[in-house]
This record gives sequence, structure tokens and C-alpha cells, in this order.
Amino acid sequence: MTSLTLVLGVQPGMRGRWLGRIAEAWALPLLALTVALLAFGAFLAACGVNPLAAAALIWRGAFGTWFSWQNTLQKASPLLLTGLAMALPARVGLMVIGGEGALVIGGLACAVIGPTLAGLAGSAGGALLAQALMLAGGMAAGALWLMIPGALRFWRGVNETISSLLLNTIAIAVMNQLVEGVLRDPLSLNKPSTVPLAPGLMLGQIPGLSVHVGLAFGLVLCVAAGVLMQRTSFGFAASVNGGNPRAAQMVGIDVGRLILIACALAGASAGLAGAVEVAAVQGSATASLAAGYGYSGILVAFLARHNPFAIIPVALLLGGIAASDGLLQRHLDLPDATVAVLQGFVFIAVLAAETFSGRLRLRCRLWLPLPLSLRGEPRDG
Amino acid sequence: MADLGAAGVALALFGGAIRASTPFLFVSLGECLTELSGRINLGLEGTLVCGAMSAYGAALLSGSPWLGVLAAALVGALLGALHAGLCSLKRVNDIAVGIALMVLGTGLAFFFGKPLIQPRAPMLPALHVCPTCQFAPLRAALDINPLFLIGVALAFVLRWGLANTRPGLVLRTVGDSSEAARAMGYAPLWVRLWATMAGGALAGIGGAFLSLYYPGSWNEGLSSGQGLIAVALVIFARWRPLACLFASLLFGAAGALGPALQSIGVHQGTYLFNAAPYALTLAIMIASASRRGTRVSAPGELGAMH
Repeated sequence: MTSLTLVLGVQPGMRGRWLGRIAEAWALPLLALTVALLAFGAFLAACGVNPLAAAALIWRGAFGTWFSWQNTLQKASPLLLTGLAMALPARVGLMVIGGEGALVIGGLACAVIGPTLAGLAGSAGGALLAQALMLAGGMAAGALWLMIPGALRFWRGVNETISSLLLNTIAIAVMNQLVEGVLRDPLSLNKPSTVPLAPGLMLGQIPGLSVHVGLAFGLVLCVAAGVLMQRTSFGFAASVNGGNPRAAQMVGIDVGRLILIACALAGASAGLAGAVEVAAVQGSATASLAAGYGYSGILVAFLARHNPFAIIPVALLLGGIAASDGLLQRHLDLPDATVAVLQGFVFIAVLAAETFSGRLRLRCRLWLPLPLSLRGEPRDG
Repeated sequence: MADLGAAGVALALFGGAIRASTPFLFVSLGECLTELSGRINLGLEGTLVCGAMSAYGAALLSGSPWLGVLAAALVGALLGALHAGLCSLKRVNDIAVGIALMVLGTGLAFFFGKPLIQPRAPMLPALHVCPTCQFAPLRAALDINPLFLIGVALAFVLRWGLANTRPGLVLRTVGDSSEAARAMGYAPLWVRLWATMAGGALAGIGGAFLSLYYPGSWNEGLSSGQGLIAVALVIFARWRPLACLFASLLFGAAGALGPALQSIGVHQGTYLFNAAPYALTLAIMIASASRRGTRVSAPGELGAMH
């Protein structure tokens, strides 16, 4: 018996580069996650908390039981959509972090449209039509909202990160104003809200799960966006512009159109997240629409390196961490900001790991016991 | 103030300009320094909140509010060093690091700030400019915090220092062309490190003002985005310290609009008036930017901006 050394990806050929890219897509986020978790463990230890106990609790709260899985899926479903809202403009080279605002505006639009369609709730077909209209309304409102920072960036050169953050605050103020003012349901006493949707118009749950259908929307949109970004000329133009805007202009790509479409798609997915929050969870628009899903989506997108397919596992992971929040608070007496600190650590590590992108040479040597007759010479490049 | 009507609103805006402008002033001066060195630090919102928490905690433990201000400056400088260190790695984007520091800074502040919500820390004293004024609202409007005066003086010092001293020149050279600075024998990464740390320290002091003077308590809703507005304000101020001062006064006044209107009985649109500073910032950004014009006075190395 002897062994065979497989050296992958060091050849300059296409296959080597392809393997290197796959390895980079997985290795960099995993490296960052490991470093962040170790640092977070050290942080907890410095605070006098046993990091292993915390890790066990996070695991139990996120993926340990069927109940916690459902909880995780529930938390992950808006993150799929708000992660897309960050990732799509990022592919075009824009850092739009307006997911929170677009989510709120989308939810508000859904809550305004819903009660006007109450008459359709009677028949099954009518309810389906009403639901489709509500969700489409939320998506359209979110799309228009996020097209603002894109348009300002393209035509006025306004920094899209700052303008989208300001628009978040403005969106929340507009929602609060309307919910406590003209749109307020007179029957909502303690907690102002809009007129609730008719029960027949509420979105149902995925069969077999106690998770609403928003999860399915998120999964479908992530896959669709992944195909759009990786298999179409639109996606190619987007990554050209994201990599080098001057090159995109030189080859005649309509950059304005590209930016507006990417922002509109991003806003539509965040708006859908808000509409689902209203139509499947809360039943009306209230101040709790702005629960921070838009901001968590930023981290999801960065950890997925703005790849729509990768958003799916990342949203599950971060949804799981969010789902374990309560357990950490109850059992270890940690403050509710613990998850935010962990997210901060992960975020920093992910960005620091970017420095290795494109420089990662995969030298994966597989040592396999093989019969003598199959012994191959190790190749090295 | 209810019987004063419009005059009362004007007085409240004047008082607000003095009272609420200090955090804007410190954060915008800090960000001005950082951006002149060629980097943008969007994380100052997190630094502001973290500074507010550390100032409150340190003042509570030591009994001295001024030690609180010092602690806030140190924490701010540390967060600034983290930003500069991460950005000095190749292929790491300064805007993204800023977003991450916003998350980390507020997370750390809320994590360590949980036990600080109940107890009362000693507050920074006010200078009573007009202690004999008969008229209470005017007297209140003229209670000035020393930090405000320090901030105003700092704006003038920076204005002079950036134009007339060697460090000021080095800073601006690095910001305009790191190639040129390197050719002259200066290390851009170190200059940026110092500039970002100084910017973080100033933002931390801005946070100390929030928790130790006005509103003068620690809670998780303490900052309502002042750090972010101040970053936007630097662009509007065209990277000039004195313009930062005037913009901060304007925003202090804009923030006082909602409460002032409420006090004379205008109860409609509270949320919208509270959002006025954000809408104003956006409007100013749109008005002062243009596809080509913005670059004219911008530091040349501020690549991510446009």
C-alpha cells in the first residue's frame, strides 16, 4: 500500500481556476466564520461566560430540535429576501443598504391594499387574486423606493450608501406617521395599527411545516436571482460594471439602466419581505414592521459574497443564530445585544477575509491509500 | 413657551442650535479629518453610540464626567484604529468596513450598556451665560456646555491647522494623492491610521455629550442617527471645518423643530418633523451633488465616494 497525492487547482488551466474559485467561495466565508466564532468565544470567556455552554445553546436553539428548525426557518425567510436586497445592487457595484426602508414601505403598501380587497376574501379564487395583488403592491412600492438611491447615484452622484440609510429613517417615520394618523384603525387602542386584513386574505403555511409561505418565496427568488446573475447577459453586464465601471462604459453597457434594474429588483425583494410580514405574520402594519430584518440582510449578503445562491445557506445560519437569541438570554443571563455583537464579529471577519480573495491558491492534497499498481506520480505546478 | 407662539419656536430653534449641535459638530469634524486623509468611515454612528455608553459607564464608576469624556475618546480612537487597520488590508472596502463597525459598535454598546440604564451618572456642568435673565426659556437657551465651546474652537483650530501646518499639509497630500505623499517620504497608511483614530476619538466625545449632557442619560434609543447625518454633512460642508460648524448648527436647529412645534400646540406630524433632519440631509446631498461637480473639492483619494 502506498499513497497518491492529488494536487488540485495549481495548474494555470481553466479547470484549475474554476476549482480555485469554488474553493474561494467556500473557504473564505468558512475561514471568516471560524475566526469570528473563536474571537466571540474569547469575548464571552472574558465576560465570564463559558463559551462552550453558549455554543451548545446556540446549536440547540438553532438546529437542535424540530421545533428550533422551524423557528430558524421562520427567522431565515425574511433574511433571504433582505439579503437579496443588499446583494443585487452590490453585484452592480453599489452599496445600497436600504433594505429596512423598502421592507417597511412594502409592508405598508400591502397593509393599505389589503383591506380594500376584503370583498374578494369570500371565494378561493378571489382570495388568491387579492393576495397576489397585495404582494405585487408591496413589491412595486419597495422597488420604487429603492430606485431612489440608485437614480440619485447615477444622475446626481449622491453616495448611495448614505442616501439609502437616510431613506430607511424616512420610511420608518412615514410609516409611523401614517399608522398613528390617517391609516390608524380606530379599534387599535394600545398599539396603533392599520385596519387588519380579513382572515381569508392571510397567507397560509407551507404544508407540513409551521412556517409561512414567505420561505418558499424567498427560496424561489434566490434561485431566480442566482440564475439571472450567473447565466444571463444582464448578470454578466452587472458584474462587468461591478468590477470596473469604466470598462462597462467603454463596451457600451447602459449603466443607468443596469443600476435602476438592480435597485428595483432589490427593492422588490425587500418589499416582498415586508408584504409577507404583514400578510402572513402581523395582519396589519404596525411599528414592529421595522424589526431590523433589513439590517441583518446586509450581513447575510456580505457573508454570501453577494452570490444569490449562497444567500440560502447563509440566511439559514444567521436565522438560526437569531433564533437562539432567547435561549442565550434565559440560560446564560446574557443581554439581548449578544447576537448583535456576534454579528459584528462575523461581519468584521468576513470583510478582513476579502483580502485573500483572488490570492487563494488551492493546494489540496488528498492522501488516499491505494494499491501499488495504481500509484501515480504527484504533479506539482 | 405656549404663549410665545412663533417667537417661542424661534427661540427653541436657537437653543436647539446650541444644545443639539454638539454631537453633529464633533462627529463631522472627526469625519472631516478622516475623509481628508482619503478614507470614508461610515461607522462613526457606531462609534458615537459606543462613546456615549463608555462615557456614561466611566463617569458612573469614577464619579467624574470629564473622565467619562476621556474614556469615550479612547474607545472612539480604538474603533477608529480597527477601521484603519482593516482598510489597510488590500481589497477591503472602507464603506463596507464602516457598515460593519456600525453593527459592531452599537452591538457592543448595547451589550455592555445593559446595566447602565438604571443608575444616574454625574452630568457635565453647564455654563450659565445669562444667569440673571428673568425670562426662563432664554436662560435655558443660553446654558452652554463647555464641550460646545471646545468644538467651536476646534473647528477654527482645524481650519487654521489644515491650511498652515505641516501635519495639515501632509494629511491633505495623502488624501489627494497617496502616490505623491509616498514620493515625499510619508507613509499614507500611518497618516490614515492617525486621521481615522482622531476622527473616532472626536466621534466618541460627541457620544459623551449625548449621554452626559443632552439628553443626558444612557439608553438604547439615545442616538437617532446623528452619527450618520454628520457623515453626510461633511460632504455638504465640502470638507471645510468651518462649514461643518455652520452645518451642525443648522442641524441642531432642525432637530429642535419637532419638539418646539409640539410645545406650541402643533401635534400633527410629530414623526415627520422628527424626520426633518434626515429629509433635509437628503435634500442637501441632492442639491450639493452633481455628476461632475462634486469631485472638484473632494479629496482625490476618496475613490469609493463617486
